[in-house]
Amino acid sequence: MITQPALAGYALQLGDDALIMAQRLGEWVSHAPELEEDVALGNIALDLLGQARALLTYAGEVEGRGRSEDDLAYFRDEREFTNLQIAELACGGFGEEMARQLAFSSYQFELYQRLQESRDETLAAVAAKAVKEVAYHRDHAAQWTLRLGDGTEESHRRMQAGLTRVWPYTDEMFRPDPLGQALARDGLAVDAPELRRAWADYVATVLHDATLAWPQTAAAPGGGRQGLHTEQMGHLLAEMQYLARCHPGARW
Amino acid sequence: MSRDWPLWEVFVRSRRGLSHIHAGSVHAPDAQMALRNARDLYTRRQEGVSIWVVPSSAITASSPDEKDPFFAPAADKAYRHPTFYDIPSEVRNL
Repeated sequence: MITQPALAGYALQLGDDALIMAQRLGEWVSHAPELEEDVALGNIALDLLGQARALLTYAGEVEGRGRSEDDLAYFRDEREFTNLQIAELACGGFGEEMARQLAFSSYQFELYQRLQESRDETLAAVAAKAVKEVAYHRDHAAQWTLRLGDGTEESHRRMQAGLTRVWPYTDEMFRPDPLGQALARDGLAVDAPELRRAWADYVATVLHDATLAWPQTAAAPGGGRQGLHTEQMGHLLAEMQYLARCHPGARW
Repeated sequence: MSRDWPLWEVFVRSRRGLSHIHAGSVHAPDAQMALRNARDLYTRRQEGVSIWVVPSSAITASSPDEKDPFFAPAADKAYRHPTFYDIPSEVRNL
């Protein structure tokens, strides 16, 4: 029973990753290079939102304080969000977004694939559904990385610059976290460091095929799992939470 | 950028046993991306089990000017229509 708070916290971490990434991706709608790409990124955002809803709802249930998915999404402050910082980075150019999507969806893919084996039935079920969605997200990012990296001189330059900007934030995805570690011992969660190798193998293959170089960048300080966020997070939350806080209980 | 991305016609098969039916078109830089764009636009409500994409430029279409010579002669030949057979109720999609 000591695992309950840890389980709630872990579901919240994964839910926050999906929620914040969904919010960022939503910003692309009407700004992508083509209408078709607006739809593609919007679809990915909706998949992630679905994952976030399931995970936040579960986190609220396990926590047992009566908080709903909406309470958790709209009425927590910045320091209470435990998403990885890579999800909150402001959108750059399209190449940079594809760099982030490649890194992030490859991470989610490895995570969900292993989480399907969780002894926690809900986490296992969410992961089993999500892994199929995320496999498509990863493929979408990989397809674009190949085309931009191995495209024109200009597209290659921009894709490589995007990787360089995003890469410092990839280290955080694989840092040991007390919640994940403790739960992993009981077969409930996935310990983040064990994902690093498979992630790097996949991403390295894509970058190689795309004629791109693995960025030699120092890791950013991180701290998203502890509620420490970049400057851009506050702006994101202001936009995401504004309506719910101004008009509590607003419905469609 | 639209000038750079060619148009693709999308055909979706909704179930096994049925034919692919024209669903619409998408812009995409190449065939693989066209498949993915088509998946996002035309099959996200479980409409399909298979997708074809064809470059729009590869399609030869009959012209509206040829409507009469092409189609009018078919109008008065009722004996070509298989309407005189009873179709068993178990047979769907005929």
